[in-house]
Amino acid sequence: MVSTTSGMIEVRWHGRGGQGAKSASAILAEVLFEGGRHVQAFPEYGAERQGAPIRAYNRISSRPIRRRCGVQNPDVVVVTDPTLSVSANPSEGCREDAIYIVNTPEDASSLRARLGLSDSATVLAVDATGITLEELGQNRPHAPLLGALSHVFSDVSAEDFADHFTRKMKSLPPEALEANRRAIMRGREEAVTV
Amino acid sequence: MAFAEAMRQINPDVVAAYPITPSTEIPMKFAEYVADGLVDTEYITVESEHSAITACVGASVAGARVMTASSANGVGLMHEIFPIAAAFRAPIVFGLVNRSLGAPVNIHCDHSDSMPERDSGWIQIYCEDAQEVYDTALMSVRLAEHPDVLTPVFVCQDGFITSHCYEPVDFLDDEAVTEFVGSREPRYPLLDVDNPVSYGSFVMSEHYFEIKRNQMEGMENALRVCREVSGELARITGRDYPPVERYRTDDAEYVIVIMSSAAGVVKDVADDLRSRGVRAGCLRVRMFRPFPSEEISEALSGVKCAAVLDRSASPGGTPPLAAEVRSALYTSCCAGNRMPSPVQSFIYGLGGRDLYPGDVESVFEGLSRGEHFLAPRYIGLREGTGGEERGGR
Repeated sequence: MVSTTSGMIEVRWHGRGGQGAKSASAILAEVLFEGGRHVQAFPEYGAERQGAPIRAYNRISSRPIRRRCGVQNPDVVVVTDPTLSVSANPSEGCREDAIYIVNTPEDASSLRARLGLSDSATVLAVDATGITLEELGQNRPHAPLLGALSHVFSDVSAEDFADHFTRKMKSLPPEALEANRRAIMRGREEAVTV
Repeated sequence: MAFAEAMRQINPDVVAAYPITPSTEIPMKFAEYVADGLVDTEYITVESEHSAITACVGASVAGARVMTASSANGVGLMHEIFPIAAAFRAPIVFGLVNRSLGAPVNIHCDHSDSMPERDSGWIQIYCEDAQEVYDTALMSVRLAEHPDVLTPVFVCQDGFITSHCYEPVDFLDDEAVTEFVGSREPRYPLLDVDNPVSYGSFVMSEHYFEIKRNQMEGMENALRVCREVSGELARITGRDYPPVERYRTDDAEYVIVIMSSAAGVVKDVADDLRSRGVRAGCLRVRMFRPFPSEEISEALSGVKCAAVLDRSASPGGTPPLAAEVRSALYTSCCAGNRMPSPVQSFIYGLGGRDLYPGDVESVFEGLSRGEHFLAPRYIGLREGTGGEERGGR
């Protein structure tokens, strides 16, 4: 959907403290870095309360990245908690043709209508919470969201995310790593685009 | 993390540290290296920042290679000991992760912690990104311990913005670092019992002034030695770090002078304006102590108008970087060079407020319109009495 071979792609994550949005943005940066891109990943650090709304950012470019301010006009928005698609104002400052990856059990078309996006925007809806409750028995939505992001960054595959996750989290028991791998692959397969 | 990795490769003799956000990750990571046996360092845990720097000074005058790190009010608590370290010519290398001084309590970046130390006799280097932090840590060991310098160094980086960003950094091999930094050859170590010396003596007005004069000589030599050491590292890495970075300033009409991480967005905006025919440039001051006055006045000699952006204030006075730049231009003018162009002072980013491309564009637009105000201006500040704007941004 987007190519990182030219220009700079800016990503904004809307998550909740403790769910792993910071780690997911770091994994996205690391996977794209391994694919030869220049990358940044940084959260907005604040009072780090469990469940409080947080933002994190990525920049991805074929050239060295110099600016370090927060992302104001993202190309890609990731909403990691269904409730944030209402309260976090995910479309704030976005480009008209921005891509939204939203963790939601909601029908993608009705979500899109509710967000009030322009015709040129793209919405990928995936029930990441549902997938991880089935695969891991916990609400850890970032694995399926990374899988869905492999649709967006077409120069990396869902397997790249799964392999990286497995290497990075190697202290987890093998069954947990396998469950996360399945969650990443299901995120890619079950994402609905409208 | 880049600074901690440099510390692992430098393998200092002694580290004494007390954690404070956002520098905490440096002693935390280094403590892991000590626990894992990756370094030979004597790691001294202490009960406060004051004790940390005091232990560093003791170890340094004993002849050890010493490193530490701190931020914000931790730096403030160390204040009493900094001039002592400098006067002892103790070549400590210090990772200073810039954070605002309370109150109110705020964990984010500005330069209000390092600026009060600008007269403490320490070299101050402000880094733009993690790569520069790593490279500067390596160079600073050589710079601090150079016999013509023998002066401690603050390696400053912007808290969270630089210290906590995930970004690529190119590390040297351990062997290359070992070879580059060499080993310390202390001039007058306290532990050399065959040649006994005394530190911390009582000195009255007969000699105090001369000792201070010697210390200033060491600081003044630091500019030359910094260029030499940087050139040597550049031969290994290809990355050179002059005291001042001139980004598209050679034919520039409008220049923003700035330090640390926010230089990146200024360079981006300068490129953008250049593509629209505006001759914009960025002058990034890397070394603040000693201050490279001649290079700065030379770089600004042809501009129509310059803006100096400070990430700290000097309430009741001129912000630190603006004061230095104006002083440099005045000195240059007295030396017979042309009258300097107007220099507008701005304060930005206190307590971690971002500097956005739009903010930088506004500054350049003001310069190109010839706007000039005698007092410092504020960037990205919500003015007014509150009320109507409260809670917004």
